[in-house]
Amino acid sequence: MTRTLTHLERLEAESIHIMREVVAEAERPVMLYSVGKDSAVMLHLARKAFYPSPPPFPLLHVDTTWKFQEMYKLRDRMAKESGMELLVYHNPEAMERGINPFDHGPLHTDMWKTEGLKQALDHYGFDAAFGGARRDEEKSRAKERIFSFRTATHGWDPKNQRPELWNLYNAKKAKGESIRVFPISNWTELDIWQYIHLNDIPIVPLYFSAKRPTVERDGMLLMVDDDRFPLKEGEVPVERSIRFRTLGCYPLTGAVESDAKTLPEVIQEMLLTTTSERQGRVIDKDGGDASMEKKKQEGYF
Amino acid sequence: MSDAETIYKTDALIAEDIDSYLDQHQHKSLLRFITCGSVDDGKSTLIGRLLYDSKMIFEDQLEALQADSKKVGTQGQEIDFALLVDGLAAEREQGITIDVAYRFFATEKRKFIVADCPGHEQYTRNMFTGASTADLAVILIDARKGVLVQTRRHSYLCNLIGIKNIVLAVNKMDLIDYDQAKYDAIVADYAAFAAEIGIKDFTAMPISGFKGDNITTNSANTPWYTGKPLIEHLETVELDNTADQSKPFRLPVQWVNRPNLDFRGFSGLIATGSVKPGDAIRVLPSGKTSTVTKVVTLDGDLDEAVAGQSVTVCFADEVDCSRGNVIATADAPPEVSDQFEATLVWMDDDALHVGRSYWLKLGTQMVSATVQQPKYTVNVNTMEHLAAKTLELNAIGVAELATDKPIVFEPYAESRTLGGFILIDKISNRTVGAGMLHFSLRRAQNVHWQATDIGREVHANLKNQKPRVLWFTGLSGSGKSTIANEVEKQLNLMNRHTFLLDGDNVRHGLNKDLGFTEADRIENIRRVGEVAKLMTDAGLIVLTAFISPFRAERDMVRAMLPEGEFIEIFVDTPLEVAEARDVKGLYKKARSGALKNFTGIDSPYEAPINPEIRVNTVEMTPVEAAEHIIRAILPLK
Repeated sequence: MTRTLTHLERLEAESIHIMREVVAEAERPVMLYSVGKDSAVMLHLARKAFYPSPPPFPLLHVDTTWKFQEMYKLRDRMAKESGMELLVYHNPEAMERGINPFDHGPLHTDMWKTEGLKQALDHYGFDAAFGGARRDEEKSRAKERIFSFRTATHGWDPKNQRPELWNLYNAKKAKGESIRVFPISNWTELDIWQYIHLNDIPIVPLYFSAKRPTVERDGMLLMVDDDRFPLKEGEVPVERSIRFRTLGCYPLTGAVESDAKTLPEVIQEMLLTTTSERQGRVIDKDGGDASMEKKKQEGYF
Repeated sequence: MSDAETIYKTDALIAEDIDSYLDQHQHKSLLRFITCGSVDDGKSTLIGRLLYDSKMIFEDQLEALQADSKKVGTQGQEIDFALLVDGLAAEREQGITIDVAYRFFATEKRKFIVADCPGHEQYTRNMFTGASTADLAVILIDARKGVLVQTRRHSYLCNLIGIKNIVLAVNKMDLIDYDQAKYDAIVADYAAFAAEIGIKDFTAMPISGFKGDNITTNSANTPWYTGKPLIEHLETVELDNTADQSKPFRLPVQWVNRPNLDFRGFSGLIATGSVKPGDAIRVLPSGKTSTVTKVVTLDGDLDEAVAGQSVTVCFADEVDCSRGNVIATADAPPEVSDQFEATLVWMDDDALHVGRSYWLKLGTQMVSATVQQPKYTVNVNTMEHLAAKTLELNAIGVAELATDKPIVFEPYAESRTLGGFILIDKISNRTVGAGMLHFSLRRAQNVHWQATDIGREVHANLKNQKPRVLWFTGLSGSGKSTIANEVEKQLNLMNRHTFLLDGDNVRHGLNKDLGFTEADRIENIRRVGEVAKLMTDAGLIVLTAFISPFRAERDMVRAMLPEGEFIEIFVDTPLEVAEARDVKGLYKKARSGALKNFTGIDSPYEAPINPEIRVNTVEMTPVEAAEHIIRAILPLK
């Protein structure tokens, strides 16, 4: 008897297949874990792929020290539940110089995330790193292969990508070179939400609406997550019903006013909205049209 | 816009009853398709239009798009949809598509992944990448230009890779005033070509991606067109991914799952067929049989799993099974062979080297493979078969190939998973080619080794020695021949039976038909390897002294011999030392330009990464080096 697989069943099977290929062919794989909803789905898929074994690689969080407190909480909980080793990396130079999003602008992302990631991969000698990027997020991501090859200096050459046929992935590389692997490339934002909903996957509560202290700056609603937030003169945090569509460093992530308190409500809001999910992120906008492509060439995930 | 709204997503339903909407969306099927055609046929514009009409474009993106359209767009003050999809900086600058871009949209009935493929010939490999996972192809034609070379090329490729659903979208109808006669002529022209290359069926439609004609609804501009608009066709075309389920069960093993001593499962993506507990299976290539006890997932054991699902299965018996093996239904297993005929698509700037050893990946199997001189290449403009010595970038040809180990396979027409493969260069690690197996060659199946009574062990025992190949590699003038000669002398004093193969005794006889091009140098080494192998079968210790600069060729010879019989000896002499010696005056000639392709000067030498033996000729005399080598290969029996 035949049955038509649903699109989510096909996406799930593809992602699991990709992860198993990496584990079989790479010497030292790692999963980049950013604690967001995409990471949550990726981690869940990894647990499915290797069950009853725990996923045979560690989780790596390239931390900036500026994530939301609730993200740190969920991170530690999920590492424990999955039985995986959690590695947390801080760029020592950024730490020493006290790089932060309020005083240092784009340098914050560059040093903590781009440089931090490169350092962490070199430090541990990982030759394959799973990332939760999706092709529907951004134009240069839409063009990237599932197995994305990086030079020994972590560079990406978008004009010279390896052909990638059927589901045959070429994981061969020279010493020092590495591969970024995107197992959820073909998932959309809606697929991610629906999968979280169907599988009851734990996510950071910040995705759901609640009263939270906020200030408005440059047209963005920022949440005052801890006392490091430098309030300007006369600025008083206001309690608003907000939630987040994506999660990053709290001073760089804009909230939306919302009453969506359940997953179906969140999905409903997402489907009826008129702006894209990355709109709340400052990072995509510096550097004009090709800003993400440029960042990726420099080694950003 | 109201028509488009009902087709794509019903805002009303989302607003009123999100649970019903989610339930509906959850059960949608998935269609993957590509758009291809010539440069400027409007592929990107069409996709931009589909995204725009399906409201996959958000306000912030639209604002950016409007600004971009005025700045760099090609449509005057109107929105240039192509800018939505041409994502790379180089693409936006040049106004062309370089790499395949994946886009996503959904209607009420289906979810779609569309791969926007480049039209430029030089990016054909990227188009092939997009086509390899597609269920359907939309081939665009500029109504003003008709069927072009790229149209033919892409149609041929789509058919070659097995896409059964072809849509011929005659685009830019607005620019020919929706002229039916012109449209009919283009369709007739294409039909003639399609029949020639074996495309049995296609669906033609007149559209304008820019103006939106016949995209979501039938256009008033083409009252003579009675077929479905594009979206409706995509929504209703029959999917062929269920067809795989009715074929015999095949599961290429990706990974062996062993969390503890009590559990041993085999993980993989089911290529064809279905599996349930109690099924009799056979593991290929060993042929061992067992029974499936359970199909394990995190969400509980399954009663049945079908093609397209990733699973882990357990057996009743402790059967040997590992990555690269294929689990198949016991009574209809796939074939196993090591020689094939295949269609190859070459994808690298560096042309195919006939005889060179490449990695071949098929399913989860990774083996070494060599390709013979192509039987022919196909001129996709004329469908003519042309003689060819090799395959250049973007060439398509038919050739025989041999693998170093038997692999489990099926003809590509029956199974994409067990019939499609890629070739990987062993040095650059690039994916250089893709192939589709036709059949195994009869000689591999039926020409069995003549079992001789006096085997290689008997030969070796009689000589009281373990046969081996001592493969000396190093720069010209490094001292290979001198040291090899010294080693042979010492072995001779030890009553061992040896033979020394070097450039002189080989180039003057066996290989006198070969020159010094890269292809000839590869063939030279291959023949030396085969002769050395025969001599080890005869029980001899063989010494060879060739520069043999390429790792791939040395590894090819290593793979021909039983494990432990290939001893790579790196005669490690720095270039400046070898050049200073310049015994034959060759370096001087090479430096003056009189001698081309000279190793170390204008042709690379790839030093062994992990040679069995390394001798340093700066610190050792030839006699010392020889003694060092002899000590390293003891005992001789």
